Amino acid sequence: MNAEPSTAQELFDGVPYEPGAAKNDPILVADNVRRAFGGLVAVDVEHLEVQRGAITALIGPNGAGKTTFFNLLTNFDEPDTGDRLFEGNDLSGVSAYKVANLGMVRTFQLTKSLSKMTVIDNMRLGGTEQAGESFFRALLPFLWRRQEAEITERADALLERFKLSHMRDEFAGTLSGGQRKLLEMARALMVRPNIVMLDEPMAGVNPALKQSLLDHVKGLRDEGMTVLFVEHDMDMVQEISDWVVVMAEGRIIAEGPPESISSNQAVVDAYLGSHHDSALDLEAD
Amino acid sequence: MGGVQLMTAFIGVRRSAMALVFGLLLLVGLGAGASVSAQESGGEVKGNLVQKDDDGERVGVPGVTFRAFDESGAEVSSTTTAEDGSWSMIVPEGTYDIFLDAETLPDGVSLRNPDKNPASVTLIDGSSKSTLFPLGEAEANSAGGNTVIQLMVDGLKLGLIIAMCAIGLSLIYGTTGLTNFAHGESVTFGAVMAYLLNNAGVFGVRLHLIPATVIVVLICGSAGGLFNRTVWRPMRRRGASLVAALVVSIGFSIFFRYVILFIFSGRAKRLRDYQIQEQWDLGLFRLAPKDLVLMIISVSVLVGVASALQFTRMGKAMRAVSDNRDLAESTGIDVERVISLVWIFGSALAGLGGVLFGLTESINWEMGFRILLLMFAGVTLGGLGTAYGALFGSIIVGLFIQLSTLVIPTDMKNVGALLMLIVILLIRPQGLFGRRERIG
Amino acid sequence: MDWGAIIQNLFRGFIGEPFIYFSLAAMGLNMHYGYTGLLNFGQAVFMAAGAYGLSMAVVTLGLNFWWGLLLGIVVFPLLLALIMGVPTLRLRADYLAIVTIAASEMFRIIARSPSLDRWTGSSDGLTAFANRFYDFNPFDKQKRYFFGLFIGNQMWVVLIGWIVLSTVALIVWMTMRSPWGRVLRAIREDEDAARSLGKNAYWFKMQALMIGGMFGALGGMFRAIGTQSAQPQNFITDVTFFAWVALILGGAARVGGPIAGAAILYGILNFTDVFLRQLVENGYMPEVIMDGTQVGQVRFMMIGLGLILLAIYRPQGIFGTKEEMALDER
Repeated sequence: MNAEPSTAQELFDGVPYEPGAAKNDPILVADNVRRAFGGLVAVDVEHLEVQRGAITALIGPNGAGKTTFFNLLTNFDEPDTGDRLFEGNDLSGVSAYKVANLGMVRTFQLTKSLSKMTVIDNMRLGGTEQAGESFFRALLPFLWRRQEAEITERADALLERFKLSHMRDEFAGTLSGGQRKLLEMARALMVRPNIVMLDEPMAGVNPALKQSLLDHVKGLRDEGMTVLFVEHDMDMVQEISDWVVVMAEGRIIAEGPPESISSNQAVVDAYLGSHHDSALDLEAD
Repeated sequence: MGGVQLMTAFIGVRRSAMALVFGLLLLVGLGAGASVSAQESGGEVKGNLVQKDDDGERVGVPGVTFRAFDESGAEVSSTTTAEDGSWSMIVPEGTYDIFLDAETLPDGVSLRNPDKNPASVTLIDGSSKSTLFPLGEAEANSAGGNTVIQLMVDGLKLGLIIAMCAIGLSLIYGTTGLTNFAHGESVTFGAVMAYLLNNAGVFGVRLHLIPATVIVVLICGSAGGLFNRTVWRPMRRRGASLVAALVVSIGFSIFFRYVILFIFSGRAKRLRDYQIQEQWDLGLFRLAPKDLVLMIISVSVLVGVASALQFTRMGKAMRAVSDNRDLAESTGIDVERVISLVWIFGSALAGLGGVLFGLTESINWEMGFRILLLMFAGVTLGGLGTAYGALFGSIIVGLFIQLSTLVIPTDMKNVGALLMLIVILLIRPQGLFGRRERIG
Repeated sequence: MDWGAIIQNLFRGFIGEPFIYFSLAAMGLNMHYGYTGLLNFGQAVFMAAGAYGLSMAVVTLGLNFWWGLLLGIVVFPLLLALIMGVPTLRLRADYLAIVTIAASEMFRIIARSPSLDRWTGSSDGLTAFANRFYDFNPFDKQKRYFFGLFIGNQMWVVLIGWIVLSTVALIVWMTMRSPWGRVLRAIREDEDAARSLGKNAYWFKMQALMIGGMFGALGGMFRAIGTQSAQPQNFITDVTFFAWVALILGGAARVGGPIAGAAILYGILNFTDVFLRQLVENGYMPEVIMDGTQVGQVRFMMIGLGLILLAIYRPQGIFGTKEEMALDER
């Protein structure tokens, strides 16, 4: 690890504002990643590096291929061609669950809180390397009781931080949309990830909760985690991201700090142009 | 379950599935005949000589003489079959040749395997042995044509029927997401209705098979529409999950199947019209005229369906709904109407498939369920939810089933197709024509 | 009408042999569907694996009874789970449904095929493999036990059945309160979520398929021992749905659900069966409507109808709650 910089912006010292720019300390690298559905090329990314310890936003109009790219980065989908490196590990052919165990955890656009399990069970699920997750050891509770208690303690601490303690023993299905987003984020932290990948964390969250969600995302960075998130909303992106990557029609068309993006002509064109072909929308909203 | 066995045997008889079938068929019941009287010494050899009548019912053949010769060639005993076709002889311990006197068979009835007459039997004291003398047309042997080509023709015929039945299954899946396990019962229903009209008759009038088929197709179509209207549409309205719908469809499959069994009985039956047809020997293979007609009908129906899907407004709407329901809805397509039509046409085609299958093989209460599994194999091979894929997949399955009899016993040929289903899922789960799905 | 016999059969249904066979099978399905969300429509094949594992080991291969237990409870079901699970557990839920139902049909064809007669006994199946089991029978074969419901041999089967049933229920109860069970439930709710948290969903589903299959195999083995024969007819496709009805009736994702469901189901089935038979035998039933052989078909109709009605009107079963598990959500 490099020496801790005083602000996140400094991480990007000397990085040019152009698509595919090399970062000072990339945690995640995608190279020539391509994925087509039938004849339609959804993603065709030449090169992307994600800076460690920063909040990177992945934006773009509908149908830009953001979610598909996101799935490819987290190995929830296999690219037709191309390589992805996470902390130096080649992800080709690695199962999605192993990627999570390597320290990359994702959330989903449509929240996947497990609604028929309690909030605390949702949290406990995130604990890694649980002895009690073996069938035979499951029958011998004394082998996993202590670990379970530790996990529960950590889960309770996180619930406290995300202000969900009062819902601890409720079914997750009873939570509001925003609370589910919080739960999903908290649950992701149970894995102790190095990078958190958030797929549209703000979608469907009521305005009152938005600010607290943003603070939580910033909190992750302050703890040394890397965050990559997909978002539609430009204002939101401006507020919390250190670096912005713009996709359109499957390609990366611009990169740079948030201030540089709104004035970028390619980005403006992509957004305005996109309204005319919304019928081609690939995203399953 | 005798019917099932019979049908498997029917499908089973390779090359000649159709050759031997019509007319008089086979079967010697095992141990159904005279009761075994406890003998102090010697053993009993017995059997049941049976043929099929016009309605496909098994009836005994009376007045046929059986003789038993010992190893020295001396006649030890003889007997004549009773009214129900049963016969029995008591002979001392030893090995005998049991000979059926073909002269005494009624006109038009012959042994299926004349080279197996006489049959050799070894008896010990107190034992009882049944001996089979199947009646029916001789099994067509490969002298009549090239085996592989004959099997391919048979396979194509079977594949076309499966395809016709599977279109509905595939379209219903495509438009509603439902894997309809009760689709097989539409096939059985069609065949049973045809039997009812053609053999049993309604109000004393036995309809010829051609008008009967037209009526069956109409009835099946309406039944499918009604089924959708009364069960599936309300379930969709309630937002029932696909798993619940799946379970409901299985419930209906079982329920209908046993209702049909209850009414129709477990015996395999055949349609009255076009039972017996001389096969054309076309050099490379043999074909009965009705099979040619059947294949022409299937091909025209399938081509018709394909072009309807490709070129008509409704066909395009069906494909659109299959592709993306929400998008189709937002472009102004009346999705429920499309689904309704899919049910009507799908069920009508399944009913037609049932009649055609009943025409080449036989009709029994479980036939649809057996075909359903072959449909699954075909549809999966082609790619679940793709209409054209279902078509090609089914034909491949039909060919595969028939050709597999070159290697595996005929009574197990369907196992090959089902095994293929598993292998396809292993290597190419999206099927030959399907696309990889998108996650997230 | 012999009301005594009818009542006796009702009670035999609640606790007797079929109850044991099918509550074990339904507990397996509960592991598959109730806890993990797997649609296994081929539980009958797992049952057959138990029955044929034991009987083929003893009769065909000439091994002793204990090897038969190993083959029937462990080896056959595990192989079967691998064959059905490896191709399908990565795919959408209905592929497993199709493959399992296809496996039932394959079993039927293979087990009945005369060409394999010397291994399987074809349609007649195999007999005389359970003598060792009855050697241990402490009950008097001539006497009746348990309020006169069971004769000696039956009592022995039922007693061992109850013990096995309780053990299986205990295993389910313990594992479902453990982290292992938590992962299964998470997969049932959302497989991708479980995967995103580092759980090998494929392997957990495979484990569930194997273990639930082994429960089913136990049920099938008891059926073979209880009837002293392993016959294809006892394990045809539709047999699976007796276990399904038992499961949904009692309520999926509850330890006691399948047990209660099987008891109620067999109470009802036995009652109607004997009741109808008595009607037919005593001439109360017009022959136009039903004869003796058709009585057996009625229970299958009831199973079909039961599935439909439960799935539509009471998906959570009699004892389940909608919040925890119901057929109609997901």
